[in-house]
Parts: sequence; C-alpha cells; structure tokens
Amino acid sequence: MSNQGVSGHAPTGFQYFLYKTWKSLKTPMPYLAFAGIGLWLLTYFLLNEYWKIFPFFKIPGPVEVITEWLSRDPIWGTSLFTEDYYINIWVSCRRVIIGFALATVLGVPLGLFMGWSKKFKDYTFPVLETLRPIPILAWVPLAIVMFSGFETPIIYLATLASFFVTALNTMLGVESIDESYFRAAGCLGSKKRHVFINVVVPGSLPFIFTGLQISIGVAWFSLVAAEMISGDYGLGYMIMASYMVNKYTTMVMAMLTLGLVGWITSAMVRAAGNRMMRWRAKALGQGGV
Amino acid sequence: MADAPDMMQVNNVSKAFGEDWEREMVIENLSLKIRRNQLTAIVGPSGCGKSTVVNLLAGFEKPDSGQILLDGRPVTGPSKDTLVVFQETALMPWLTTYQNVTFGPKLRGDIPRDQLKEAADSIIETVGLKEFRDKYPLQLSGGMQRRAELARALINQPLVMIMDEPFRGLDAMTRQLMQEFYMRLCEQEARTNVFVTSELEEAIILADSLVVLSNRPATVREVVQIDLPRPRNLEMLSSSQAYEYKRHAMEMLHEEALKSFKGVGSSSDFLESYSRRP
Repeated sequence: MSNQGVSGHAPTGFQYFLYKTWKSLKTPMPYLAFAGIGLWLLTYFLLNEYWKIFPFFKIPGPVEVITEWLSRDPIWGTSLFTEDYYINIWVSCRRVIIGFALATVLGVPLGLFMGWSKKFKDYTFPVLETLRPIPILAWVPLAIVMFSGFETPIIYLATLASFFVTALNTMLGVESIDESYFRAAGCLGSKKRHVFINVVVPGSLPFIFTGLQISIGVAWFSLVAAEMISGDYGLGYMIMASYMVNKYTTMVMAMLTLGLVGWITSAMVRAAGNRMMRWRAKALGQGGV
Repeated sequence: MADAPDMMQVNNVSKAFGEDWEREMVIENLSLKIRRNQLTAIVGPSGCGKSTVVNLLAGFEKPDSGQILLDGRPVTGPSKDTLVVFQETALMPWLTTYQNVTFGPKLRGDIPRDQLKEAADSIIETVGLKEFRDKYPLQLSGGMQRRAELARALINQPLVMIMDEPFRGLDAMTRQLMQEFYMRLCEQEARTNVFVTSELEEAIILADSLVVLSNRPATVREVVQIDLPRPRNLEMLSSSQAYEYKRHAMEMLHEEALKSFKGVGSSSDFLESYSRRP
C-alpha cells in the first residue's frame, strides 16, 4: 500500500517513448530478439549458401536476397531503390487498411449487438456461422463475378475475412463480461442504453482488440491470396508475378517485405489497444498491490 | 426506534429453482423485517440460500410467492434504493475510483454536476482513498477496492444498503480493519443496512439484530437482538454477553448445518460412516 507513483510527473508523448525504449534496453528482450533473427539468418545462410543442402539450395539465399534488396541497380529490377517496390507496398497497405476499417466498422457493432441481445443473436448467429467456415479462397470466383476491376474484389475479400473474425471476437467479448458489472449497473439505476455504452462497450474492449489483431492478420492473408489470383499491383501480385518469370530473389524479397509490413500493422493495432485500455496495462505493470 | 415502521418487509416469500420435474425449494415461507436505521445481519449455514435472499431483496429476482415491500411499496426490480455491495468487487475496472463513485449519479443525473464533484470527493476522503482518486481498481489493494465499492454505494444514499459478504476473500488483518471501519461508518450516520455473512463473529459485532436462517429451504430460524453497547469495538467480542450470543447462534447453525448430511444423526455418526466408506 505504498504511495509511490502518486506524486511526481508521469512522462508523456515522446518523452514517455524514450523512457520506455531506455527501460527496454535494460531487459534481455531486444537482445534476444536480435539474437533470434541473427540465428535464423545464420541457419538460412548455412543451409542455403554455405552447405547448399537439398532442397534449400533451390531458393535464393540470404546474402543474395539482401544484396539485391539493397542494390541501387538490382539484377532482377526491384529493390529498395526502385519505385515499383513502394507502389506494391502502398497498394497492398491501402487495400488492407480499407478492408480492415470496413470490417471493424461493420463487425464491432454487429458483435456488440449479438452479445448484448439474445434475440438479435438468435437471428444473426446461424447466418454468420454458416458463412464463416467458407474459406476465403472459395469466395474468390464470386468476388470476381460480383465486382469488376481489380481493386473492389480484392478489398471485398479482405473485408469479408476480417469481418467474421472481428464480429465473432466482439460477441465473445460481450459474453465474457462478468455478470456482476451488469448487476452493479442495474443497481445504480442505469437504463439499457447506459449499460450498453458504459458496460458492454468498455467491458468487451480486451476481446475486441484481440480480435482486431487476428483480423488484420487475416486481412493480409486473404488480400495476398486474392492478389495472387487476380491483381495488377500489390505484394501478393509481386510474389506471383516474380514466380511466373523465375525471379525468385524478388519473390523472397516480397515475402519478407510482407512479413515486415504485416508485423508493423499488427503492432499498430496492439499499440492502439494498449492506449485505449490503459486501465489494463497499468494494472499489469504494477502487478498485485 | 422499535415503533418506527419497518424499512423492508418480507412476507411469506418462497423461491424455487430448477427444471419443472426437479424443482428445488431454496426459500420457503421466509418472513423478515428490516428495521429502519438498524443493521440487520443475516447468517446461515453455507449453501442455505443467503445469496438468493440478497437477490430477492435487491430485486434481481422475483419471488414465486409472497411479497417484498420497501417502505410500504413492493420491490419491482433493481434500483438505487436497494443497493448491493457485492461479494467480489464489482467496480468497473475501466473507470478510476472517482469515475466509479460518480457512475450512478452521473447516469441518473440526479445530482447537479458541481455538487456531485464535491460529494464524491468528500465521500472518497471518508473512505480514505483521497490519494487513489484517479487510480484504476486493479491498482488498488483488496481492502481499498472494498472501500471504493462502499463509497460508490454510499453516494447514492440508498434506502437500504445490502452487503453480500462484502469482506469475503480479504486477509484476516484487512478484514478486521474493514470491520472496524464499517462499524464506525454505521455509527456515524443513521442508515438501514442488511449485512449477509457466513462469519458469525462479524455478524454479532456489527449487528443490531441477527437473523439466523435455517438450512435449505431457507426460512427464519430465529431473530436475536444484539444489545451490545454502542459505540462498539472488536474487543467486545470477548465479553461474556457476546460469547453468549455466539454460543446460542452457533448451536442453531450447527443443528441446521447437520441437516444437510441427510440421514445422518450427528456429526460423529457422519465421521464414522465416512471412515467406513469403500
């Protein structure tokens, strides 16, 4: 029951970021992360370029890929210094952002109402559960028939995939809220809409953000699948197009780029979640008082 | 005080749960008076239906038969007039202490904004959480959480405050401190309290009248008036008067508890048959 932390100024904004970064340098986390990546690259290098073991030697090795990636004059035409690399990243990012945003805007309210109202759930849940297990690849022909061009069907597929995840997680989030909060709110004289805004929404946030992290991953997954089948630009298209013309180095580069970009987007969702649920992060930070 | 009309009246209330073919009576013909500005403690053997009594008093559940009156009018549903302080803390984890305390009045809009801030700050100070006004529940210790919960209830000025084993799960030391704190709180301001607990000593030291429930289906076994002098302190528990209350209530509770070992005459019989189990 110490009073520490009660007085004194908490750093904000950039200062807080610097403080956190400085703190994390004193933990093994960043070093282990670098060691992990280093070890993976080393294994990749040994199998592929040093010992040349079957079947690894069939794909371009790390030295080859990184050299190409950083080259001002890439052999296969794409690197950090060419414009089409960034166009592909941007096109994919834009599609994922639109799809993810649409899915969130539609999925979160749907999930909230489904968790909140038994009647509404009885209406909607069977439909959702029938459509949800259909793999996103099975939707591809339908999307192409429904929408013309490249952009709309791809965004449609990304939206669809992450919509199901978001709606389901949000619904489970509402159902996970402890009954005692509803009872307390009832005692304190909350009307139904008050309960919705003050208990249902904040109470399901932890689940919603778990769902959103999965859902942005799913959005990338379905986007790339769609881009590989029908596309003009984008990282998925880049992978498929380089494969078709045997530019394996570019293909691996696109794969790694996809991994990095995907990682950054889910980190952003995580950060947004932590920001909106500071009541939770602080609690974890302090441990049991 | 005894001639003032009762704050709550429970008349012949019964409640059963379960499917039609295996309905189990949890409460049968329970009649009870909650006296104005007194603390009524309810004790009973474990599993006798104390929580159901709380749910009925608070309006979370409706009786199958019988009637519950609050200040002469039937209880129709949960409201701020029969406020419950819950077993496990039900503070909203996403709200700070201050936001939790002002939660009820803010939603109902029955206290003007400027007065609310004053009232909330003063009540938070009363429960000793001034420095933790802007902390989240998970940053508070168990005892602090219970005090915050008390503050959240008190600010609404309920007609009846129902405490459902409010100090359960606290360590012995904190529990004692909370009992003393609560005792003083009750003595400072006249308030009608119902205090449900499974701890007999806690009930005796806090209560004006002690309601002993029977085993399931629960009904009132006896109401004991506790005439220990006020202001009270925990040392009074070692007085001969308190001891006498305790012995008497213990006897009743023991008898009732034994009934749940169906077909077993006494505890020694039970132990014997237990030791001979296959």
